Amino acid sequence: MAGGGQVRGIRDRIRSVSSTAKVTRAMELVAASKMRRAQDRAVQARPYAETMRTVLAQLAAVTSGGDTSTLHPLLQTREPKHVTYVHITADRGLAGGLNSNMNRAGASLILEHQPKVDRISVITAGRKGRDFFRRSGMELLADFPELGDFPNFEDVRPIARLIIDEFTSGRVDQVFIGFQRFVNAAVQRPTIRQLLPIVAPADVLAGAGASNTDFIFEPSPEELLATLLPRFVEMQVYEAVLEARASEQSARMVAMRQATDAAKEMVSDLTLAYNKARQDSITGELLDIVGGTAAVENK
Amino acid sequence: MPLKLTIVTAQRTVLEQDGVTKLVVPAAEGQITILPSHAALMSSLAIGEMVVFTGSASESIAIHGGFIQVANDEVSVLADAAETVDQIDLDRAEAARSRAQARLQGRDVDLVGGMDVLRAQFALQRSLTRLRVARRRAGGATGVPSSRP
Repeated sequence: MAGGGQVRGIRDRIRSVSSTAKVTRAMELVAASKMRRAQDRAVQARPYAETMRTVLAQLAAVTSGGDTSTLHPLLQTREPKHVTYVHITADRGLAGGLNSNMNRAGASLILEHQPKVDRISVITAGRKGRDFFRRSGMELLADFPELGDFPNFEDVRPIARLIIDEFTSGRVDQVFIGFQRFVNAAVQRPTIRQLLPIVAPADVLAGAGASNTDFIFEPSPEELLATLLPRFVEMQVYEAVLEARASEQSARMVAMRQATDAAKEMVSDLTLAYNKARQDSITGELLDIVGGTAAVENK
Repeated sequence: MPLKLTIVTAQRTVLEQDGVTKLVVPAAEGQITILPSHAALMSSLAIGEMVVFTGSASESIAIHGGFIQVANDEVSVLADAAETVDQIDLDRAEAARSRAQARLQGRDVDLVGGMDVLRAQFALQRSLTRLRVARRRAGGATGVPSSRP
């Protein structure tokens, strides 16, 4: 009977879709708890970053009358011949448009700089970004896979070490970093910043002009700057990775919630169809019986 | 006016304390003591023990390099790493100490080049600092013996 087969088919689909919903619901819950932790870590890293920015601003104000480019190799602006872009993405997908949006932002940075420079290369942290740039045939300077969901400062440090080395040795003239900035649980924004040479944001410079405290420096301001600047770069990379991780978990949470909702909706549609099909098949059977009986009686 | 002290690392805020009356800091160029109304100061830090005095109580903190800024009775410490007494894992510190010592005495075959000697020396310094700070737990001026995590 055709009706019975259809009923069974729908029942199997309901079962499969609702088990998918269970899986996505579980993934949503996991992502939600990881997001809280990742967000927490990003918040906890903030005081250090803020203190470091004010300290650097004060140091820069004391050591120079405004021109900082000669102070330290990491502040030196050169004509960009070789530009490197540090691309931070997730290792895993199932996070809505998060990774592809980041990849697109990275690609447009590269397209913008490519005509102006001799060489452009990419450093990736995250499988999704690496696969993307590998497919598009970009030069990969380095790859830092599997940083994990909650990388600590020491895990991220090698990335900063590498770019500082490349920059101070003169092999690379300019370094950018791109990551998904965590705005809130529903919004993540692809953000690209210049990492090297270090550029002081406008508000820092303004604050520096205002500070006129006479500091005692141990050792000299120049030496202090030399120890702080590499640390500053490390910290910026660390911050970027923390933001990217918080974004990843929140994007995944939202994507999985949508998937769960869609699956549930599908289950209710299918249930409706199932009931209809079942009724049809019962009606069909009844008609057969009634028709059969009538035929016998009319004989 | 007592000092306001904040110790932060890249990972977290280690300590926030008001009413600090005296501070002994392992600065890069030697140990320094900071009292209220100290002149504005910026200095890098060595690996060592930092002692925070709040009235008659005192607390030891292991500082593993970093930076200190003093201005207007506010002290900010940007530490590469920092641990309070009860955050130190004594067994790990002890293990690190013997490992570093073994390396420095050339009993470790992996030791090649000056870089590793330097690293081992730093590791030794860090573990010794941790052990010294951790020992305060027993008979230190903190008074309250804290339980091990």
